[in-house]
Order: sequence, then structure tokens, then C-alpha cells
Amino acid sequence: MKHPFLVAAPMLLALAGTAAANDLPEYTLVIKNHVYQPSKLKVPAGTKFRLIVNNQDATPEEFESTDFNREKIVLPNSSITVYVGPLRAGNYGFFGDFHQSTAQGRLIVE
Amino acid sequence: MPGVALLVFREVMEAALIVSIVCAATRGVARRGLYVATGIGLGIAGALLVAMGASLISRLASGSGQEVFNACVLLSAVLMIGWHVVWMSSHGRELAQQMNAVGSAVKAGSSSLTLLLAVVAIAVLREGSEIVLFLYGMAIGGIGTVGLTGGMALGVGGGALLGFALYFGLLRIPMKHFFQVTNWMLVLLASGLASTAARFFVQGDLLPSWGTQVWDTSWLLSNGSLGGQTLGILVGYDASPAGIQLVFYATTLLLLAGGMQWLNRAAPTPSSRTRSLLPDPASESLR
Repeated sequence: MKHPFLVAAPMLLALAGTAAANDLPEYTLVIKNHVYQPSKLKVPAGTKFRLIVNNQDATPEEFESTDFNREKIVLPNSSITVYVGPLRAGNYGFFGDFHQSTAQGRLIVE
Repeated sequence: MPGVALLVFREVMEAALIVSIVCAATRGVARRGLYVATGIGLGIAGALLVAMGASLISRLASGSGQEVFNACVLLSAVLMIGWHVVWMSSHGRELAQQMNAVGSAVKAGSSSLTLLLAVVAIAVLREGSEIVLFLYGMAIGGIGTVGLTGGMALGVGGGALLGFALYFGLLRIPMKHFFQVTNWMLVLLASGLASTAARFFVQGDLLPSWGTQVWDTSWLLSNGSLGGQTLGILVGYDASPAGIQLVFYATTLLLLAGGMQWLNRAAPTPSSRTRSLLPDPASESLR
């Protein structure tokens, strides 16, 4: 019966092995009027980076990408940070889950 | 309205698939409907609370609060599902016998039913809190009552329909294999949830990724497609998983499958339980 608890043990142990993320390159996306600025963001391939998403609208948004697997709520007039990559070169879409008709962007990884 | 319906549908669908599997896995257990309904109710209440506390959660853990919260919620669901399937394996025999004898009311299942109630609540809470934030934004944006309620109704209706389809599909599985199948579905579901939890840890830089894109099958089935999303819930499909997600997935799968097998073997004469299972009229009454 103790098995379920054993599931968590290796997972939690792995938490200890995280590296400091202070010297990562940083990029910023701004959401205004439910549109991403810039809508195309160039980042280097094979490099992990920090992505700041700043929502300047009065409504919440969810920054999401099914291409590079990220999702995070961005509350009105606030910012979030997500860590992305290292990614292979290519073209990755991201969007605002709550305003998909306008909030579309691409990550150009090269 | 179509935008509202689509988003609500996608969120409801994820929760509905989980609720369906839980419903199937607790087939024949007494007062199951009450438990599931309570779970959904608690989940909705929790979703409102989480949405209201969103700014507090966001500020926790130096900005990684959302990731920590999501991962912890997911991992607690993994633990509860794990407990249930392992418990089912050790008590499955008496459960099956009682089902045979009583026909409709199986009390043996209720001890782990509380855990599955919590799993239902968690599934609804996770998807529900996004819906609440989304609808809040839509309301501010001045979408109007018709668009909002119409979209809600369509989305919830469509998502629930898909859940019912899965549930009644599962009911067609012969009784002999029924709980074996639902238990394995729970194991795969739990493994997928563990993998998603790992993804949140990586997103918040709380765990190393051990390779961000181990493979990429998005050309075949992308995470964003309806099929990809459905398989993502049911079996934990991910088009380009990080290495650590695979570790979480495999660890959960091995522990739960191992625990199930081990307890199955330890249980006396496991074969008699499959043989003792009910004829069709009795199984009808279990629905």
C-alpha cells in the first residue's frame, strides 16, 4: 500500500538538481489589445532562454504554445516568466488562448 | 460565441474524459453518482477560488507559483489514482464477489471512492479555473449575455457529450475484462498527468529538462489538434516531450503497473474472480 507514495520520492529528489538561471538570455513579449508585440520573435537555436510576457490589457490572457509546450496565465497589467528551450532550429507558433483570433505569434529559432 | 464555445469545449472535454474514466472505474459502487456529483461540485467551487486567488498564486515561489501549484495538484491526482488502482488490485476479488452477490450495491469500493472523488474535483478545478478567467475577460470585453451563455452551453454540452460517449463506449467492454481495462486506463492517465507535472516544473525552471525535445511527432499528431489533446489526456501523448517528462511518465507507469501486478499475484486464486463474474442481466443493473 506504500507504493503510491514512492511515486513522489524520485520526482521530488530530482527537484534538488536545478541549476541557477540568472545568466540566461531574456526576451520580452508584450500583449496589447489582444495582439502580441512583436508577433515574430527571433531566438538562437540550442539555447535555453527566459521569456517575459507582459500583458498590458485589462483582461487576463493565457500565454500558450502547443509547439514548444508552454502555458501560463498572464493576469491583467502584469508579467509572467517562462523558461523555454533549448530548441532546435525552426518555426514555432504561440498564441493567447483566450483571444486566439488575434493573439498569434511565432518564435523563429535559428 | 464560437470562440467561447471552442475554448470552453476544450477545457470541459479534458475534465470530462477524466470523469468518464473515473465513473467507469467505479461502476457498480454504491452511491457513486453522489460521489462524482460532489466531486464536480467541489471542483467548480475550487475553480472559482483558484481564479479569484490567481494573482496570489502567481506571485508565489518568486513568480513560479502557477507552475508549482499546477504540478502539485497534478501529482496529488497521480497519488490518488495510484492508491486506487493498487487498492483495487488487492481488493478486486471481494469486490467482484460482492457485485455478484448483491448485484447493484457494492460497498467495498467506497473507501477508495473518496480518493476518486478528489480526482474528479481536481480535474474540474484545473480546467474550470481557466474557464472562469477566460469568461471573466470576455465579460469585461463586453461580449454580451447571449454570446457568453450560448457559448458556455455549447462548450459544456459538447464536452460532456464526449465524456458520455467515452463512458458508454467503455461500458461495452465485457465484464470479464472491465476493471482490468479501466485500471489500465487509470494507470496511463496518471502517467500522463505525472508527465504534465514535470513539464510545469521545467517551465518554471524548477527541474532540469534532460533534453527539451527528445523527439518530435507534431507532423503526425500535434499537441494542439483535437486528437492530440484527447490522447494527451487518455495516455499522456506529447508530440515533443522533454526527457524529464519521460522519466516521470515511466516512473509512474512502472510503479503502478508493478504494484498492480504484484498485488494481483499475491491475492489468492485471482482466476476465480474473473470466472465468478456476473451474467449479463446483473451487469445491466449496474449501470
